[in-house]
Amino acid sequence: MTTAVLPREDYLNTDYSLRSWLLTTDHKRICILYLVTITLFFAIGGAFAAMIRLSLATPTGSLVSDETYNKLFTMHGIIMVFFFLVPSIPATLGNFFIPIMIGAKDVAFPKLNLASWYIFTIGGCFTLWALITGGVDTGWTFYTPFSTLSSNTNVSLAALGIFIAGFASILTGLNFMVTIHRMRAPGMTWFRMPLFLWSMYATSLIMVLGTPVLAITLLLVAAERLLHLGIFDPARGGDPVLFQHLFWFYSHPAVYIMIVPSMGVVSEIIAAFSRKRVFGYEFVAFSSLAIAVFGFLVWGHHLFVAGLSVYSAMVFSLLSYVVAIPSAVKVFNWTATLYKGSISFATPMLYAFGFIWMFTIGGLTGLFLASLGLDIHLTDTYFVVAHFHYIMVGGAIMGYMGGLHYWWPKMTGRMYPEGWAKIGALTIFLGFNLTFFPQFILGYMGMPRRYHVYPPEFQTLNVLSSAGASILGIGYLIPLVYLLWSLKYGPIAGDNPWNAKGLEWQTTSPPPKHNFEETPVVTEEAYNYGGLEESHVG
Amino acid sequence: MADIASTEAVHPAGLQHHFDSLEQQSDASTLGMWVFLVTEVLFFGGLFTAYLVYRSTYPDAFAVASKHTLIALGALNTAILITSSLTMALAVFASQEGNGKAVIRFLVMTWILGASFLVVKGIEYTTDFHDHLVPGAHFFIEGTNIGHAQLFFSLYFIMTGLHAIHMIVGLGILIVMMYMAGKGKFTKEYHIPMEVAGLYWHFVDIVWIFLFPLLYLIDRHK
Amino acid sequence: MSEHIVPKSTYYTIFVLLLVLTYTTVQVAYFDLGPFNVVAALGIAFLKASLVVLFFMHAKWAPKLQKLIMAGALFWLAIMFSFTMMDYLTRFLDVAR
Repeated sequence: MTTAVLPREDYLNTDYSLRSWLLTTDHKRICILYLVTITLFFAIGGAFAAMIRLSLATPTGSLVSDETYNKLFTMHGIIMVFFFLVPSIPATLGNFFIPIMIGAKDVAFPKLNLASWYIFTIGGCFTLWALITGGVDTGWTFYTPFSTLSSNTNVSLAALGIFIAGFASILTGLNFMVTIHRMRAPGMTWFRMPLFLWSMYATSLIMVLGTPVLAITLLLVAAERLLHLGIFDPARGGDPVLFQHLFWFYSHPAVYIMIVPSMGVVSEIIAAFSRKRVFGYEFVAFSSLAIAVFGFLVWGHHLFVAGLSVYSAMVFSLLSYVVAIPSAVKVFNWTATLYKGSISFATPMLYAFGFIWMFTIGGLTGLFLASLGLDIHLTDTYFVVAHFHYIMVGGAIMGYMGGLHYWWPKMTGRMYPEGWAKIGALTIFLGFNLTFFPQFILGYMGMPRRYHVYPPEFQTLNVLSSAGASILGIGYLIPLVYLLWSLKYGPIAGDNPWNAKGLEWQTTSPPPKHNFEETPVVTEEAYNYGGLEESHVG
Repeated sequence: MADIASTEAVHPAGLQHHFDSLEQQSDASTLGMWVFLVTEVLFFGGLFTAYLVYRSTYPDAFAVASKHTLIALGALNTAILITSSLTMALAVFASQEGNGKAVIRFLVMTWILGASFLVVKGIEYTTDFHDHLVPGAHFFIEGTNIGHAQLFFSLYFIMTGLHAIHMIVGLGILIVMMYMAGKGKFTKEYHIPMEVAGLYWHFVDIVWIFLFPLLYLIDRHK
Repeated sequence: MSEHIVPKSTYYTIFVLLLVLTYTTVQVAYFDLGPFNVVAALGIAFLKASLVVLFFMHAKWAPKLQKLIMAGALFWLAIMFSFTMMDYLTRFLDVAR
């Protein structure tokens, strides 16, 4: 479908100068800046992952030295967690679509939004600097006392980079919260908001409440290393487990910073491609907030074998199960939405299905790890590695890819080749499962994580995993190629290629500089697809 | 609402393009500052947690160590900060009335008080240094476990140090406010920056209000 | 925020109260009140902080949302304190028995 080829003013073609990009306060351009930056970080983190899997293809660990291996998995974790996953959906899709979906001209603090990107990039540069000048070998978790007393690598520098990038995260969350509270268009009540906005609000809440604690924790590590102001030092009576408490107070909720936005995206996609209102809208909305709140009550399950008291371990274990409730509410409601829906299998929908499958596996194996007895057996094995990759890669990244494909025509005004996109989605799905499913078995058999040499009987499964990783790598390259291709050669998408509801589809593609010609007035609930009759379109 | 061109025609001073009214803009800014203060609460909250853990684990060492802090200077600084909060509140009050000259006068007073706080803190740090209270090889305290006492002084320096950094940032903000007031930016209708700056300044005061008893007062009698 | 202009006299009253409370808390610190040492010190600090928040920061006249935000900050702080202390206060109970 093509619309008029009249040269129309949009946010992309108003100004082409580099200055207009680097000094922009337009949330849509800032989204593009983030998109480029985090794709770069994803590539770097992915390269580390590739080297890890390559090294693990043989049990003897002959490819890299022990020290290098430690640095590889550390830098893979740091880059992927703090510089890709945490900003992934919020800073890109959130930035672009929160103002549009509530009918605003911009976020509440546009200059702060740009500043966040600079802060993020500066933090990233510090971390890359730490990486180039020798790397870090503590694991992305920076556990004391190794990180404070033993490691001779660039711990302080990397911690500083994350500290700085943390401010970007805080300011983004703050900006989004105020935007959703104060910038909604007339008629856009809380319960008319698309579920993506609810999930972004919940995510912002976690960013604002959790990130400062990570900042102070990393600062304490740096203070101990650089100024001898140590409070985790066992020689002085300090308790390294206190570090774990503070670290996981942020880092467990941080998992929800990664997954909750994807859940929001999946709600949008499922509604649009089954042409139904999301079943139990209010429940799905509140389950996002519930995850944000409960997420702060369960951090102790990371400390079960670290010397946590038995009594508090029991409380943390029980509360960890509670998080399963809002998560299950979402999965059941998505399934119920599909029921009797008019489902079309466009690329975003494939990613959404992939998300539900992998999030369910990741979530359920999380329950294994939350149970006190089983966790002792599984802690620090590949079972944990597989579990959180199912959540973070299988969940968060699938949601991110799905959202990117769903909104790409809106963001760029052009369609990508659907055939290639489907091939890409399937490749990623297969590659991912082949990479990480064997790791559940490996972990259950007792292969510890973060080791570089392993007994020969584990080799078959490790080779399978490494083979899956190469398929996964190709899977990520396919979208990179066709999405870039589509920027120039893709067919014109039109304003609403999916025939979807929501304010973002009512403006032009790409949207004009101020999003709407006139401030929209909202008169209907979200996902008003109005029955099945009109739905047999695509 | 009409299109962008015509809104700019009736554009009140200080209104940014993406807001509909000054009220919406002021609302958003105040809300933003409060949310930011929440992050600050949790930032210091991590330190308070560490303090809570160690004070409850090593009460005796903490009692002995905290007697080495300089209570007179701490109390003086508390008074200075409270006074600066008053002058700051009066500066905001003046900005609400659109009285630019009074704004500058009170801002200067606040600035001088803030700077005096830092000077007193500097004197304190110097004395601490000479008294071997800085954790590390030269640390020495009589009558208690040296390791546990170092935990106290590590927390003391990190907490007061981070507070001091917040004070320095605050002084910078005050200078910006003075500049804006000097340019005559603040009117009865538009004084959001002053309100927001005031919130920040008072918050930094509150942090000190808690640091003072925690580091100087508890178990002083022992 | 449809703002509420607080009269100057309120600021001066609060200021005097804050100074009096500071003086009190320093004096009280030299008496042994047993377990109430901490209660007195932190109670007075809490009172002082409340005065600053309510009057200097105008929270007394703030809209509901701002009050909710403040309550949220305290709630999350309480989570951090209590769940961490839950570990430390029970850590060696099972060993001792």
